[in-house]
Amino acid sequence: MTTAIRYPHATGFVAGDRPKIVTSRFEHADSFTLERFLSTGGYAGLRKALGRVATDVHEEVKSATVLGRGGAGFPAGTKWGLTPQQVFPKYLVVNGDESEPGTYKDRLLMERDPHQLIEGCLIACYAAGLSQCFLYIRGEMALAQERVATALNEAYAAGYVGKNILGSKFSVDIVLHWGAGAYVVGEETALIESLEGNRGMPRLKPPFFPAANGLYGQPTIVNNVETLANLPWLMVNGSEAYTAIGTKTSPGTRMVAVSGHVKNPGVFEIINGTTTFRDLLYGAEFCGGIRNDNELKAFVPGGGSAPWFTADQLDLPFEASQVGPAGSMLGSGAIMVMDSTTDIPAAALTLTHFYAHESCGKCTPCREGGTWLERILTRIVEGTGTEADLQQILEVGAMICPGDFPHASNEKLGLTAVPFPYKMTTICFVGPSAFAPLHSAITLFRSEFEARLVKRISIPVTAVSTTSKVLASQ
Amino acid sequence: MTTVDSSNATPEVAVDPNAVSVTINGKVVAARKGEMIIAAADRTDDFIPRFCYHPRMEPVGMCRQCLVEVVGPRGPMMVVSCMTPVADGQVVNTETEGVKKAQEGVLELLLANHPLDCPVCDKGGECPLQDQAFSHGPGESRFVEEKRHYEKPIAISENVYLDRERCILCDRCTRFADEVAGDALISFTSRGNNTQVMTFPDEPFSSYFSGNTVQICPVGALTAKPYRFKARPWDIEHVESTCTTCSVGCRTVVQSSRDELVRYQGVDSQPVNWGWLCDKGRFNFESINSKDRLTTPLIKDASGNLSATSWSVAIDSAARMLRTALTVSPQSVAFIGGARGTNEDAFAWAQLANALGVDSRDSQMADGLPPQVFSLPQATIADIDTAKTIILLAPDLKEELPVLYLRVRHAAEKRAGRVVEVSPRATGLAGKAWKKVHVEPGKTAAALRALATDAAFTAQLASGSVVVIVGRMNLAESEESVVHALAEVLHMAPHATVLPVLRRGNVRGAITAGLTPRNGGKSTAEILEAAAAGKIECLVLLGADPLSDVPDADLARRGISGARNIIAIDTFITQSSALADIVLPAAAYGEKEGTTTNVEGRISNVAQSITPVGTSRPDWMIAVELGTATSHDLGVASYNELHAAMISGVREFAPAVDTHAVQHDGVIVAHPTPITLTRTDSASSERNSYDYRAVVSRKLYDNAIGTAKSPSLATLGETSAVIVNPLDVPRIGAQVGESVRVTSPRGSIALPLHESVDVLRGTAWLPINLGGSDVRELLDVAKDVIDLKIEKMS
Repeated sequence: MTTAIRYPHATGFVAGDRPKIVTSRFEHADSFTLERFLSTGGYAGLRKALGRVATDVHEEVKSATVLGRGGAGFPAGTKWGLTPQQVFPKYLVVNGDESEPGTYKDRLLMERDPHQLIEGCLIACYAAGLSQCFLYIRGEMALAQERVATALNEAYAAGYVGKNILGSKFSVDIVLHWGAGAYVVGEETALIESLEGNRGMPRLKPPFFPAANGLYGQPTIVNNVETLANLPWLMVNGSEAYTAIGTKTSPGTRMVAVSGHVKNPGVFEIINGTTTFRDLLYGAEFCGGIRNDNELKAFVPGGGSAPWFTADQLDLPFEASQVGPAGSMLGSGAIMVMDSTTDIPAAALTLTHFYAHESCGKCTPCREGGTWLERILTRIVEGTGTEADLQQILEVGAMICPGDFPHASNEKLGLTAVPFPYKMTTICFVGPSAFAPLHSAITLFRSEFEARLVKRISIPVTAVSTTSKVLASQ
Repeated sequence: MTTVDSSNATPEVAVDPNAVSVTINGKVVAARKGEMIIAAADRTDDFIPRFCYHPRMEPVGMCRQCLVEVVGPRGPMMVVSCMTPVADGQVVNTETEGVKKAQEGVLELLLANHPLDCPVCDKGGECPLQDQAFSHGPGESRFVEEKRHYEKPIAISENVYLDRERCILCDRCTRFADEVAGDALISFTSRGNNTQVMTFPDEPFSSYFSGNTVQICPVGALTAKPYRFKARPWDIEHVESTCTTCSVGCRTVVQSSRDELVRYQGVDSQPVNWGWLCDKGRFNFESINSKDRLTTPLIKDASGNLSATSWSVAIDSAARMLRTALTVSPQSVAFIGGARGTNEDAFAWAQLANALGVDSRDSQMADGLPPQVFSLPQATIADIDTAKTIILLAPDLKEELPVLYLRVRHAAEKRAGRVVEVSPRATGLAGKAWKKVHVEPGKTAAALRALATDAAFTAQLASGSVVVIVGRMNLAESEESVVHALAEVLHMAPHATVLPVLRRGNVRGAITAGLTPRNGGKSTAEILEAAAAGKIECLVLLGADPLSDVPDADLARRGISGARNIIAIDTFITQSSALADIVLPAAAYGEKEGTTTNVEGRISNVAQSITPVGTSRPDWMIAVELGTATSHDLGVASYNELHAAMISGVREFAPAVDTHAVQHDGVIVAHPTPITLTRTDSASSERNSYDYRAVVSRKLYDNAIGTAKSPSLATLGETSAVIVNPLDVPRIGAQVGESVRVTSPRGSIALPLHESVDVLRGTAWLPINLGGSDVRELLDVAKDVIDLKIEKMS
């Protein structure tokens, strides 16, 4: 009989109480070495897993409800169960192409604790019967690439990866692959295309559900780095200990990357499901409040693609079932904070420019619409836009996302929330992502845009009559 | 009183497990599992707009134009109909307000950066973007920004130009190049709004199939040099026809404007070409418009030069020549050729030969197969799709019968069947072959016999239907060796069917119509040998040019110079017709109507699109006139009478009575009772003292008259070379690229030395009929194999 571990609600607990599942080694300067990893319980989870029947390990992960940390939040254990039974080989693809604006948690996991990730990969392969692992690391992350490559060499040399791991009958190879710098490759099917050596462009689901028809046409599990990094702890401590943290629907911890106008930006491991945005942004152990104690104007709750929240939503917890109906998403765990000094149209332009630039060019609405949005918005930010341009933005956006676009409620503006997600005319989320920040900005801060528009100039009557005289004389 | 048991009253209908029924805009449509919604909708009146979707390629969901609503458990969902498969009971709406808005939105976005230079665009008037902007577009644009600009157009190959401003990035051309042609030479570069189709640096889009990308481009982004600014679509006359450049018999639309051919387009014929054409067949209409075409009869004057004359003089002189020769003996008259015309042309000339008693007629140029191959159990082109095993005992299909290559490649790509390549060198399909039997000339039959002990191979043969594609894979090897090899295959796989691939346009039709030796008459090689010996009084060349086509230069030369008189019926002055006594100008493809017969024996029509140039006439008309002038009335006075006489006179052509079918997908000839081949122990030909066994084959772009007279194709050919395995290069002692002396028992020429791993060690590959030294100087049609000496030049 295990004693249930209880953690107080995130507000007001002292730093020591905070459970650390994936960042436990971050305090050590040499956290990325095999030596440190082994001295802090490294590969114990793998040993424990290999001592059990694979299906048991899979069940353990399933009952822990480890939610995917890449953005969609789909439970990993359930995802593993979606591959067809009798088709081999099956592959594990690790999505380390973290490129959502504002997100940098996976980078730290790869840089500071690469062995934990490798151990997670091995446990996943063992549990889900996957015969090879492909670790795809974003092209720009040089240090992460180096650290993971070194760790992998160490792990191979020490017999943790390769043939007959730890003397068992379990063998798996991990292949490293470095991206070439494309945001869209963070989308799982585009990542698979890129791994296959093609141009990174998303495939349509159906028929290309990776679990059935993924890498090289084989069943493929695509997992996020953080998701896999959870597995060693889970193996050692069991699913009961895991689900004791957080809520039933969002157990465990999750990493969030906070950037922007807070006193103490950075990556934090917070308790899932119970921690609120207020805890995170104002809690002394986290961000410690807004810079200069300014007022909070808006924040992005889940990566650049997410519709924005304002102070009205601060008390929402990190719980998908509450954030979705409130009009946004938790996404990749990137929180970008804008204080009262923020130039909202310019902030929206920064994000829209990113998505327009990163469109892979496949779907017409994203390729043409993204750039169109950017160009209209540029005019407005530069002060040459008109009222019609503002309307035009919403109409172009509707060509990418027909119907009501999700947004948060706002008491002052009298808005009620439109729940996430949106409808879209594109294959993947890059298209809608270009529109999301803009739609939020215009919905919540329309007056700031209007202030920039070109005003109608009333022409003096004398000027008109002079002009008509000139014209008449010609 | 009897009772009727209702359960027995209706016969049991087998339920097709793949049949589903979907409701599209309230109409119930029968469909098959795996089919996409757009394909099912195409069988109704409701058109779903599309750009990237093409029924012959994998869907990609790129343009998003075909968005429709599918009613799901959570209400209507917007999906792309080109990538969403049908499901039983599915409800699809293609015309709701939501769909209309989404489709208008996509069209507005597609037009946002499109230059709208329609007045000067070749595609204007037949442009899917124009048409669908009209039918499914919003009617106006709200895009006020400056449009994207690129240099326009840029040449991505010799014949294809790319205008990136017009491009809507539908992925059709790039998918075609990769998926269908296997020449992934164009791809997307850059991203976002700057995404563009591009070739790789310093690597042009030199695909044999590049013209197809122009045809399937839904805008004017890709244009073909031969058609650029030649005509407006609304001024074009269209007739459906069959390409006779090679014997695949691709269905085409022949297009003319102001009585001049301007373009050929592929027609999607399920049994033949699926809409594809090769560039040679697509662009060689230029030769028909050539200024060098013969426009008037020519006759040798007193000084020995050919000079223009009238038809009456020419026909009279020709008839006199024939009569004089016949008085010597009917054996002293011979007809060579006829494979370039229609079935009716060949039939008329065969009738004339019968009337005159001429038994020596041959439409093959000593590079074919014995006509008995047509009496083996026959395969059709479509059989390739379902065959478990496809055995290639044939020349490089990519070079000689390109669209057939696409079909075999498709079968291998889809893993529908396994390809076994039996060849003296790796062909274009080697990469797709399950098994490669590369064997030096002269040993093919023995190698196949040895395969009988290969358990995996015999199990593969036994696993299902087998199609053997058989042809002359090496012109330096006798036709008997091919027959021997075929006999071995048919012995191992008695259930196999045979697709004989003779490459000249209508060679099968000509043979079937009777232009093949009979009653002990001579073949082309024998005719030339007889002529060389002074035994031919009158030689008639029916569009044949032995001096450039017979793979034995010495024989052809001796034959042509030994014939007392030569009458040539031709479209151009060729090497051989230049030496004729009388040259009669023939109407060319597109200038006459008729039927043609392809490799599989499919009879389909060739249509007249323009008036014959000058006073040229169809070959059949010349035969009829010569008949009349020699007092042998052939009994026909019009094309229709001739066609009818042919159908009733030639048993194999009887199915052509179905005129409608002949004018579309064609009908297969009636097959004779099948014969069986007997295996013979072919004497294995020992090597002489020379080192390299010759492999001689054709390339797509060679000196053939249709290519040489088409400016867009004439420059594409390579020059002659001798190509050996890289491991053999040091033995020769010369550098790659250096000129070496190549000697056979017949002759000796200088050729540049090239290397390729596709060539077996101890063999040398010599592409024939290219510019540079003439490889035929080395060849001897009387020999089973040719061995060569390759020496560094001092």
